Amino acid sequence: MIEQLATIFSYEFMRNALIASLWVSLATGIIGSLVVLNRIVSLSGGIAHAAYGGVGIAYYLGQDPMIGALLFSTVSALIMGVAKRKSRSGADTLIGVMWTIGMAIGIIFISLTPGYKANLMSYLFGSILAVSGTDLRLMALIAFLVLGFVIFTYRSLLAISYDEIFSTVRNVPVNLVYLTMLVLIGLTVVVAMRMVGLIMVIALLSIPPAIALNHFKDVRGIMLSSVLISFLLCFLGLVISFQTNIQAGPVIILLASATFLISSLVRRLHLSKNS
Amino acid sequence: MEKEPVISIKNLWAGYEADTILEDISFEMFQDDYVGLIGPNGGGKTTLIRVILGLIKPDRGTITVMGQDPVRGRRHIGYVSQFQVEDKHFPVSVWDVVAMGRLQPNLQKNFGVRTHDKQAIEIALEQTGMLDYRKRTMNELSGGQRQRVYISRALAAEPKILLLDEPTSSVDSQSSNQLYDLLAELNDHIAILLISHDLTAISTYVKTIGCVNRHLVYQGSKELTNEMIEVGYGCPVDLIAHGVPHRVIAGHQHEGHHD
Repeated sequence: MIEQLATIFSYEFMRNALIASLWVSLATGIIGSLVVLNRIVSLSGGIAHAAYGGVGIAYYLGQDPMIGALLFSTVSALIMGVAKRKSRSGADTLIGVMWTIGMAIGIIFISLTPGYKANLMSYLFGSILAVSGTDLRLMALIAFLVLGFVIFTYRSLLAISYDEIFSTVRNVPVNLVYLTMLVLIGLTVVVAMRMVGLIMVIALLSIPPAIALNHFKDVRGIMLSSVLISFLLCFLGLVISFQTNIQAGPVIILLASATFLISSLVRRLHLSKNS
Repeated sequence: MEKEPVISIKNLWAGYEADTILEDISFEMFQDDYVGLIGPNGGGKTTLIRVILGLIKPDRGTITVMGQDPVRGRRHIGYVSQFQVEDKHFPVSVWDVVAMGRLQPNLQKNFGVRTHDKQAIEIALEQTGMLDYRKRTMNELSGGQRQRVYISRALAAEPKILLLDEPTSSVDSQSSNQLYDLLAELNDHIAILLISHDLTAISTYVKTIGCVNRHLVYQGSKELTNEMIEVGYGCPVDLIAHGVPHRVIAGHQHEGHHD
């Protein structure tokens, strides 16, 4: 068993994939907990898909698609965030519109670009086995930004997530904290996209916290366990993917979904036994 | 020396965009006051709360809280909101909720809970009898207990004014009586403004009563006058006739309707 693992991770691309999993899990575990608790899963999905517009334009201009994705996700996070702050219900339509506009722009610019485009599939479906050193550094940077933000603003963040009106009455800078959180969601979405693809980003953001919510009653505990669950799932997914020669992204997501299902069943049983 | 009002509203109009909800409201409240405002749903109770908390700006007229613009003055208000059903699933402990009452405008100062913050949180929990529950999570509590936690959260801010929005909406009648006893105690050093559609409970405990329904009728007395009932058309008149102690209703014109 251990020998087998040693063999698997003797390949540099597998070691990189594992390190990427670590950074991405750190970011998505924490940010995903906030996404789930603030009920902004669809907003995060909107950011992920809007980012594809940036991928397309950057590719057309011959730039690094990651830069385009980061720019687009940040700007769309801010626009959706401001809309959400103004009206809770009105933002929903805007999210849907930006979601599809981003995809449309991405597809149009990619089809305008001549040449071989296999590489672009990786933004849709992820390519954890192809992460570069630059990718890893970016992932680490974003993971530490997320960690620093949550540690520094934890009490304010908790209050805003729980009761925005009360936080406003206490004159906590709600807009600043909320919009910073959305920008960090945007950045996290882009690095998670590198790993599992934009279509499955939402799963990586929301499933580990959903599992954690079944068993923990404290936001800190939920964040920490989400990070661990996410990393464990990525690790297992990588090993299975290596052995079976199936793409890692979908394997990780299916593993996560299965774990969520089992965890919910366990909780059900536990609850019914206690009542 | 004239007493300064803790809340002062003069000829205030407010609403949302073209939709005026409050018309020409004037209201003054002082440090010893315990005011109950009743009114029908949709009569502007929530809008009035939002104006006092500085969450919406009035279209016309002025409002001050502790002599300041509400956005500044609201730090003196302990706001007790209604418990929302969706809050139920949020994993948060009683202690952490009450600690929210100690939050400050400066993010750096919110980094950790300092010693004097801890003391204020403990005192606030003790005042409502919820100190033993500090480690519980909110979803393990009953409606009455949750309401006490929210009052503790408001008290943790060491407020001059307690503003309660429908405090008994999700509370059984026994806990609701306890709640009003607690408020009467707190009124020794905090002004209380209670807004509700539950006339029966309010009229027994508050010092003065008013009615809000687009207009505000408030004369600083405990009597529910005919004018209030008229202006507050839609106020629960049937409740006035059946459920309320006689002394609340001024005059004897309505005697025939009593049981």
